[in-house]
Amino acid sequence: MSDIPQELKYTASHEWVRLEEDGSLTIGITEHAQGLLGDMVFVELPDIGDEFEAEQDCAVVESVKAASDIYCPIEGEIIAVNEELEDSPEQINVNAYHEGWLFRIQPLKEDDLDGLMSPEDYAALVESESN
Amino acid sequence: MPYIPHTPDEVQQMLAAIGVDSIDDLFDEIPQALRCASLTAIPAGQSEMLVQRLLSEKALLDGTPMCFAGGGAYEHHIPAALWEIATRGEFYSAYTPYQAEASQGTLQVIYEFQSMIASLTAMDISNASLYDGASGLAEAVLMAVRANRKAKSKRILMPENVSPVYRQVVETIVKNQGITLELINFDPASGTIDMSTLSAQSEPFAALVIPQPDYFGSIEEVHQLTDWAHEHGGLVIAQVNPIALALFEAPGNWGAEGADIAVGEGQPLGVPLSSGGPYIGFIACKQKLVRQMPGRIVGRTVDLDGKSGFTLTLQAREQHIRRSKATSNICTNQGLMATAVTLYLAFLGADGLQKVAAACVANTQKLIARLETVPGIEFPFGRHVFHEFVVSLDVDVNRVLESLAEQDIVGGINISGQFSLANNACENLLLICVTETKTEDELHFFTRTLNDVLCRLRGSQPDDHQEEEQLRRNNDD
Repeated sequence: MSDIPQELKYTASHEWVRLEEDGSLTIGITEHAQGLLGDMVFVELPDIGDEFEAEQDCAVVESVKAASDIYCPIEGEIIAVNEELEDSPEQINVNAYHEGWLFRIQPLKEDDLDGLMSPEDYAALVESESN
Repeated sequence: MPYIPHTPDEVQQMLAAIGVDSIDDLFDEIPQALRCASLTAIPAGQSEMLVQRLLSEKALLDGTPMCFAGGGAYEHHIPAALWEIATRGEFYSAYTPYQAEASQGTLQVIYEFQSMIASLTAMDISNASLYDGASGLAEAVLMAVRANRKAKSKRILMPENVSPVYRQVVETIVKNQGITLELINFDPASGTIDMSTLSAQSEPFAALVIPQPDYFGSIEEVHQLTDWAHEHGGLVIAQVNPIALALFEAPGNWGAEGADIAVGEGQPLGVPLSSGGPYIGFIACKQKLVRQMPGRIVGRTVDLDGKSGFTLTLQAREQHIRRSKATSNICTNQGLMATAVTLYLAFLGADGLQKVAAACVANTQKLIARLETVPGIEFPFGRHVFHEFVVSLDVDVNRVLESLAEQDIVGGINISGQFSLANNACENLLLICVTETKTEDELHFFTRTLNDVLCRLRGSQPDDHQEEEQLRRNNDD
């Protein structure tokens, strides 16, 4: 079983979401997802100021095996992107939950987080998908 | 009879295995309204002998006229060795092969092709080729809209002096993707892009297309245009004639930063004029745009033993991996034509290509000088051209072309009524092309015949045309 930190929220499309103190959300892909995708070679990030609806594709991660869309977990505006990934996308493989973060959004509605998955639910999802 | 190796029994077994009654059922998900209900206009099959005869007859209709038509398809001398080599079994394949890495020789040819195109355009990277110049321009437009996210615009500034055929193809391919083509006027005095129309553009745009030379053969102020587009947040798509690049500044060197994408028709480089095809598009770009590049790209790499080899690369952009999000629906290249282009450039080398381009310019200027002596011919856009130019005639252009055809001359392309001119001064426009293939005798014959035709159609007596004497007098001045 791959690492699924307790303090994070998750999506069925394998993004993790961290609620920051200022109310913004940091988003990345899970340890499980990076393991499936393999070595990252390129990341295409949104522009700061872009607005996305929940479940709208807003970024692309490309590995040696595939290119995958990253979906915005909840409606919000992009307030930061991890520019380090442009030159070193392998950060996602090295540390998916910290240096490998993708972007940060300011949610437009407060209660949106309720729709996200708990660590337990996500662990169950990973379990069911690997069977 | 179709060459399908399966027996009816095997077909039934396969259908049963997937639980379908008939082959027609496999197409159930296509709505009836979208299907070709009937193909009655297509005649029944014929024997090989009859088909061969039919095609031979059609091929003979082309004849071997003296050709002064260009407009995107150009007559050039092709070294005899070229097709001798290109049609060898090892090279004779229309597309990128399946299991491409098993065909190292083919991949190396494509890699050389890419290197030559990148060098010719002074861009960082080229793909393995596209179907033709027109669809290549459409791919460049789609690429520019994807790449220029900052502009947040789906507007493309499309000069009216880009080939009308290219503009039509681009429109067809991009219109359903919400991309709009903003027509930019040309200066009626020169035929080149009108800077004042361009400067009046206030809305953001994704890219400006710059043809070089433009459809009228005229030479554009590419540096100024490129810098203007970049200053206003747009990318630059250079639509270029590859032979002209031997003399002109390469797109990668346009303006302060260079064009972002270079695209064009590769037919002049070793592909004959054969009733309209096959042609070959090329596209090249700056390194930072490579992931928006459509089509196949061959890379050079090393295997586990450190031996050099070639491989398809950056395939995550492509349809077989990226599905509907792919950069393009092209998943092959124009393999045989790319081989011909590579051979052509290899045979000629940089010097040879420059000589061909210089001979085109010299012959074109010679014909212009001759035609200047013919009454009733005007040059609305001047003579600052590569190997094509526009003349206006004082009689109907179609009738002129018909009369020239009787003398086995293809006199050019009638472009009357296709362009919105400031005044109606030039209603009868003819686009004439001269390449390195024309001799002095042919230029003389064309000029004399055209003069005779003009006189006849005008109803005047063929005046004793003093072309040679006039030319001598001009030269003495």
